[in-house]
Amino acid sequence: MSEPWEDEVEGPVKKFMFVNRKSPYGTVYALESLEVVLITAAFDQDVSLVFSDDGVFQIKKGQSTDGIGMKNFSPTYRALEGYDVEKLYVDKESMEERGLTQDDLLVDVEILSRAELADLMDEQDVVLSF
Amino acid sequence: MKYSLLINEGPYQHQAVDSAYQFAKAAIAKGHEIFRVFFYHDGVNNATDFAVPPQDDRNITANWIALAEENNIDMVVCIAAAQRRGLLDANEAERQGKRGDNIAPTFRISGLGQLVEAGIESDRLLTFGD
Amino acid sequence: MAMLHTVNKSPFERNTFDSCIAMAKSGSSVLLIEDGVIASLKGTSVSDKVSKAMENVTFYVLGPDLNARGMTDDQIIDGIKVVDYEGFVDLTAEHENVQAWL
Repeated sequence: MSEPWEDEVEGPVKKFMFVNRKSPYGTVYALESLEVVLITAAFDQDVSLVFSDDGVFQIKKGQSTDGIGMKNFSPTYRALEGYDVEKLYVDKESMEERGLTQDDLLVDVEILSRAELADLMDEQDVVLSF
Repeated sequence: MKYSLLINEGPYQHQAVDSAYQFAKAAIAKGHEIFRVFFYHDGVNNATDFAVPPQDDRNITANWIALAEENNIDMVVCIAAAQRRGLLDANEAERQGKRGDNIAPTFRISGLGQLVEAGIESDRLLTFGD
Repeated sequence: MAMLHTVNKSPFERNTFDSCIAMAKSGSSVLLIEDGVIASLKGTSVSDKVSKAMENVTFYVLGPDLNARGMTDDQIIDGIKVVDYEGFVDLTAEHENVQAWL
């Protein structure tokens, strides 16, 4: 039997996974996919973010964009926690291929192997690729 | 089955919107429902009212309009992506003091929440992009 | 029910194909569409890699995209099944979920 406050969540909750595979700034996908993440979280859905391939660069520390005249949106990744988006995963091999370690990243992430990520992807209701 | 489609690229530049169109037609032929088609990133450019492609090639925007009208498909253009790229409906154009509006009929401008809702309501949400 | 993965980029253009098969679970399916159909060809420098991937995963290729690029069914790796758009639709219905690799 549920408590009264437990009945407050309205509507179905689906598992949404966002797979980010592209470097930031070279294309718009990193920025605009982040906007989808925030809205999905606002809809109280179960959100996971995966960073693989060049997507790992989206969360690299020290992004300085004045020289290219574009907005540095990397602080938004740090704000995700405030939106209850806490499931951030990074593909271990993608990091290693690119010479990155956890210290290079600007948010806390869980580093997973490809096999673990494959299992995670399999559990999702909706997978969005950008 | 209830499908929604996410289209991430503009007309003619990438095959994405064509693939989505052929998929949609086939799904309808098989008796499935296309609930919503959501246009994001450069995909918003598919909603232009001013395209004049050559007569001997497909008219992507017109094809989508015809398909949507015949099959009651909700075609949504993301407002944030549209504003960035200069796709405005009459209300928005007036609000922003622009000299004209350029969204083709049958497309409607709305927020990213419509994409999330499509993910929640549909059995499958497919992405067509680059 | 397994997952359906779609790959729309050529293995010679991007690492999309490699990333997909690295994460596709055994027993899942991959549908090659758009430029991704190039991976289905026999006798290329990636054909062996594709054949190896077929040990774990079932491959399909979108016929209309093959034909558009001047390729015919007899030019593709044995065991890759050719489907049309209605077949694509069926695959999405038969699998639990669909993931697009771009």
